[in-house]
Amino acid sequence: MDWGAIFNNTLSYLLSPVTIAYALAATGLAVHFGYAGLLNFGMAGFMALGGYGYAISILTFGLPWYLAMLVGLLLAVVFAVVLGVPTLRLRADYLAIVTIAAAEIVRLLFTTQVFDEWTNSADGLGNYNGSFQSANPFPPLPAGDRYGFGPWQYSPQQLWIIVFGLIVLALSIFVVWSLMRSPWGRVLKGIREDEDAVRSLGKNVFAYKMQALIVGGVIGALGGIVYVLPSAVIPSSYTTALTFFLWTILLLGGASTIFGPSLGAVIFWMVIALLGNLLPQMAQAGWLPITAIQAGTLRYILVGVALMLLVIFRPQGILGDKREMTFVK
Amino acid sequence: MSPTTITAHRPLRWDVLILGAVLAAVLLILSSPGAAHAAAPETPGGDQEKTDFYFGGVITFDDEPVPDVTMSISGGGFEGSTITDAEGRWRLYVPAKETYTLVIDENTLPEGVIVDPAQLPEDLQPVSGTTGSFEVEFGLTKTKIVNLFLGEGERVTQSFVDQLMIRLVNGLNFGLLLALAAMGAALIFGTTGLSNFSHGEMVTWGALVTMIATSTFGLPLWLAIIIAIALGAGLGLGLDAGVWRPLRRKGLGIVQVMIVSIGLSLALRYTFQFVVGGSTSQLPGASPEPIQFGPISLSYIDLVSMGVSVVVILAVAFFLLRTRIGKATRAISDNPQLASASGINVDRVIRIVWVLAATLAAVSGILWAYFRPGVRWDMGTQMLLLIFAAITLGGLGTAFGALLGALIVGIVVETSTLWIPSDLKYAGALVVLILILLVRPQGLLGRKERLG
Repeated sequence: MDWGAIFNNTLSYLLSPVTIAYALAATGLAVHFGYAGLLNFGMAGFMALGGYGYAISILTFGLPWYLAMLVGLLLAVVFAVVLGVPTLRLRADYLAIVTIAAAEIVRLLFTTQVFDEWTNSADGLGNYNGSFQSANPFPPLPAGDRYGFGPWQYSPQQLWIIVFGLIVLALSIFVVWSLMRSPWGRVLKGIREDEDAVRSLGKNVFAYKMQALIVGGVIGALGGIVYVLPSAVIPSSYTTALTFFLWTILLLGGASTIFGPSLGAVIFWMVIALLGNLLPQMAQAGWLPITAIQAGTLRYILVGVALMLLVIFRPQGILGDKREMTFVK
Repeated sequence: MSPTTITAHRPLRWDVLILGAVLAAVLLILSSPGAAHAAAPETPGGDQEKTDFYFGGVITFDDEPVPDVTMSISGGGFEGSTITDAEGRWRLYVPAKETYTLVIDENTLPEGVIVDPAQLPEDLQPVSGTTGSFEVEFGLTKTKIVNLFLGEGERVTQSFVDQLMIRLVNGLNFGLLLALAAMGAALIFGTTGLSNFSHGEMVTWGALVTMIATSTFGLPLWLAIIIAIALGAGLGLGLDAGVWRPLRRKGLGIVQVMIVSIGLSLALRYTFQFVVGGSTSQLPGASPEPIQFGPISLSYIDLVSMGVSVVVILAVAFFLLRTRIGKATRAISDNPQLASASGINVDRVIRIVWVLAATLAAVSGILWAYFRPGVRWDMGTQMLLLIFAAITLGGLGTAFGALLGALIVGIVVETSTLWIPSDLKYAGALVVLILILLVRPQGLLGRKERLG
């Protein structure tokens, strides 16, 4: 057992791009579910649109990185409107089914051979980060040198992605925090608790829900962009399992909290990394009667069980207040 | 979840029309044949996900390579395609060492030319009734080279009507087996209000138990199927006793229970992968000799599958319409409080519904394992959204609506491949789902009522 490597790997997930990306997407989901009460099961679709919008804008249309990111976000806005118009007036579970179906449609459209010219179908996209890295403010290091210390050592490229991701995450959290303490946010929470009461006050419930769907979707798409910044866009990452992991993260941290989604993402990825390093080694050492591949699968069984237990016994999550979860019914 | 002022029956609005137009435009773009022409990969197989196994070769005509020929491969639930490069080379990666059907798109060959049957290798014969489809399998190695030589010849092609007939029958077959799962899901939704995200795993369970009983324990197929159905019912009973009933007792909200079903789905799905691994395996007799009915070739498994589905559906219909418990089930779907007040034991009926739904799902899983063909740990997940599409189409919570919805979904999925690429066929059914919600949110058989 190489305990040093196990803990180094685990701790490195405290600040990895994938953790930041999941934190962003879960923050978007918090706007949808935690504050507006919308059952969005299509977050994978928002992330895919963000990532693909960014990558295709650069590779096919040669846009600079900031405009490419804007394209990804605009696609998320369009997706939110397309989803919202038919479903936001219907019962909540219709939104759940339509969002999960729409996210699958998005994934299938990015995977199919038909648009191979732009999406490279099942192989996904890569080599689009020259533009983003040309804006890197961190000077290059002599060969072999790295920024940081201990488990957190990065090349200038990695550091720029992480710093950029953290800035985006901080801004998103700030936006969500200020929105939710504004009159707009109070109306939104009112809709979550009792739609009819808010409607009887003369508020346009549909418009508020749509705005929340768009805001959360854009934050989710930002997560999708940060997710693909390190290396490549791979269509098979955007399955429904991604959405379900985000829900686990959200409910772990606290659905109606500002910092809950980020906390949930950090815990989720550190536990996944810890188990991902620990279980195969325990299997190899003969402590567990399973193969290394089975040890990798065991983590996801535990995720499912954790999701069930969380919803049943602590739906408000780690940071949440149980009194604020009465809308989950 | 509280009612809104918007009723289900509302006049068409401009936003709905615009959205419908957008979706229709997307469908139209997908269906235009020009869009289907992709470029040849830079290296053979470079346009696909790499796996350990591949078929490859060159296509030549009079010793000259033939570029830009579309080749596709399918089997075991897998589908892939590629295009030959300037040297006539092609390579198709496949997930497992199994038998696949290799199809040459004859429309992309030079005029009046077919694959010359006289120059085919000895172990390769065109599928009967065609000149461009071949059954291919691996030898001892992980790669198989299939070189094809073209020659002058008459193409045997199927007319559009024939293809449509074949697709319709396939769609009917798929729709019927989908209906088994969907009717169960609709009964659960009707009696408990739960959109059961773990329904796909109940489907996988039936197929997996059959596979394990026949391959690991070497039991005969009929016994394996009986065991699978019994264990399917057992899973329903166990889940109700272990998870759903305690949660009903605890008074958990419906959204919470739905998320619990998602967690259960993840846990079960990865448990299946934990036990059987990530590969696809076949049930015994999975690729029988087809029987010709005019243009339609069906195997006896297809016929048995459709027969079983019809009989089971009729039995469920009899149960719902004629038996006391079936009537009680419909009464609870209609109004649980009133049903409870009239002395119906709601908890007991819900347990019966779970057992029935799990049994139906297990049967559906076995039939689906033959239809795809193949058993995989995540096969049910692929069906879950189609189940949802079927029950939403028919009107949430009515079993007969789910039957109608499943038939529509099955036929849409199978016939849509006539116009759209086959790797988008499931997307077609999901687009139909969203379109129906736009114009008739209560579903086809749902009552006009306040939805919202």
